[in-house]
Amino acid sequence: MKKWCYLAAAVCCAALTLSGCNNKEETESLTIFNYGEYMDPDVIDMFEEETGIEIKYEEATTPEEMYTKYSSGAISYDLLCTSDYMIQRLINEGEVQKVDFSSMQHTGNIGDKYWEFASVFDPDNEYALPYFWGTVGILYDTTKVDAPVDSWDVLFNGDYANNIIMPNSQRDAFMVALKYLGYSLNTSDEAQIREAQQLLLQQKPDVQSYLVDEARDEVVAGNAAMAVVYSGEAYLGHEYNNNLAYTIPKEGSNVWLDTWIVTKHCQNVDAAEKFLDFLCREDVAAMNFEYIYYSTPNEAVINSLDPELRNNESLVPADSATDNCEVCTQTDAAVTQLYSDLWKELKSE
Amino acid sequence: MVKKLFSRLYVGLIILFLYAPIAVLIVLSFNDSKSRVVWGGFTTRWYSEVFSNSTILSAFATTIALALLSALIASVIGTLAALGIDRMRRKQYQVVMFFTNIPLLNADIVTGIALMLWFVRFLPLGFTSLLLAHVTFNIPYVILCVLPKLRQMDVNLYEAARDLGANSRTAFFKITFPFILPGVLSGFFLAVTMSMDDFVITYFTKGAGVNTLSTMIYGEIRKGIKPEMYALSTILFLIILLLLILMNIVPRLKNREQTASAVRDF
Repeated sequence: MKKWCYLAAAVCCAALTLSGCNNKEETESLTIFNYGEYMDPDVIDMFEEETGIEIKYEEATTPEEMYTKYSSGAISYDLLCTSDYMIQRLINEGEVQKVDFSSMQHTGNIGDKYWEFASVFDPDNEYALPYFWGTVGILYDTTKVDAPVDSWDVLFNGDYANNIIMPNSQRDAFMVALKYLGYSLNTSDEAQIREAQQLLLQQKPDVQSYLVDEARDEVVAGNAAMAVVYSGEAYLGHEYNNNLAYTIPKEGSNVWLDTWIVTKHCQNVDAAEKFLDFLCREDVAAMNFEYIYYSTPNEAVINSLDPELRNNESLVPADSATDNCEVCTQTDAAVTQLYSDLWKELKSE
Repeated sequence: MVKKLFSRLYVGLIILFLYAPIAVLIVLSFNDSKSRVVWGGFTTRWYSEVFSNSTILSAFATTIALALLSALIASVIGTLAALGIDRMRRKQYQVVMFFTNIPLLNADIVTGIALMLWFVRFLPLGFTSLLLAHVTFNIPYVILCVLPKLRQMDVNLYEAARDLGANSRTAFFKITFPFILPGVLSGFFLAVTMSMDDFVITYFTKGAGVNTLSTMIYGEIRKGIKPEMYALSTILFLIILLLLILMNIVPRLKNREQTASAVRDF
């Protein structure tokens, strides 16, 4: 009997110490969910130091993964940064709180162009704050390609048979074909999507491989003449191999935009707004830019860049280059199914 | 002769395929370029960066603390459980072992999600929930390591000790525990390994801001794994290699010493 008492006492003590760990004195804190490697860790330290608000920082790899973790409710996130179409989904599902961006001190640094990009999924710009953006284009090896590349045509005309890398993701691959044909990448017209698939089927014998993350390295290593990549990858590729160039084809392409939202679970909206405003501050945005090297929507940062970086099309595309570009929106279930069926057909061909 | 040649070749190939990836990793950890495909010259800067990167160090500390703590707790609980199970009657024994083996054979993802759903009701996810999860999946390993040792033990030894006046605690620590110690230790080390290895359960039960090495590396995949990770993995590999060499050499040295002293005594 005595033994049981000891045991019970021990268990209680253990439980108390364990729960003690979690009920620290109530400091303000924010739980933030972001892509991996998508913020300079020093930025977080700086914010904590300046405001005394503690940051719990969590990372994920894909938008789908973020959505799953978020909606499981295991961790109550205050702020979340993810890609355009996933933000659209979260807004549609009522998971997002409205934020008054105009009342913030530094949000003026974000250029109008980017608010416009965001308005595709957030029409009144009341939910999503642009963070980083980029384009999809062609990364090519200037020693292997004679004429300057400015059109998707090089991928389809057969000149570089077996020297081409196409994206191994449905929407991106179809985007290339749809844009080349002059259609919208958000089209829900079955005939257009089928036409795009025909084009991709014809192109398939010329394609060396379908890759996503490895595409850049293949071009860097000289194993392929060109690849369809994200602009951020293109910048890194150029760092390793000076002969690489990047272009956004004139027919237009996909513009992607990662934005921050405040979730409906956020209790401390004040702190969340402070954090968002902090991210827009010029020095902070510059730190993040130098850590990530994706295109920044922060015009104060763009204006203070070295001319060399400023003229790099993969980092700061000209306004004219993105004129024909579109932000990718979520397709409805029928179109998604069509894409997935056609993609399977293409890959198994 | 030809047969011998082939068998050597076969073993050689197996070793090549097992270790070539690790060799690539080690080579890349000295590469002065962030790209996998460009050799930028020899450098040791990734090694110095590992030790100045607070994110990596804190993930490393969490991993080690979690592995040791969870293994220790699991060893205690597992050993006690094994003592109890060993005394059970056949039917009861089978039922309990059946339930003990479930976490062992269950898919990690099921265990992970189940634990997450369970924890969410009671405590905020954090290091505590992570520790509880790791203890949970470590216990069966300890039980499985300790039980055979108990089965091998002669009950008469323990009873003789009691006969000679030892109380149950003394008898346990003087007789039973030393006998099952190798089982407890191998259970402990197995638990450490399992805990360090685990990704799926950790991923689902960790709280925001808590990272182990495996979840941290996973987070980096999107933008490419940084060379610091190659350096860290190389260090981990070398530590394990060193431990293995020590574990093989020390008993042999001891043996030699014993034979030497035996010869001298003779």
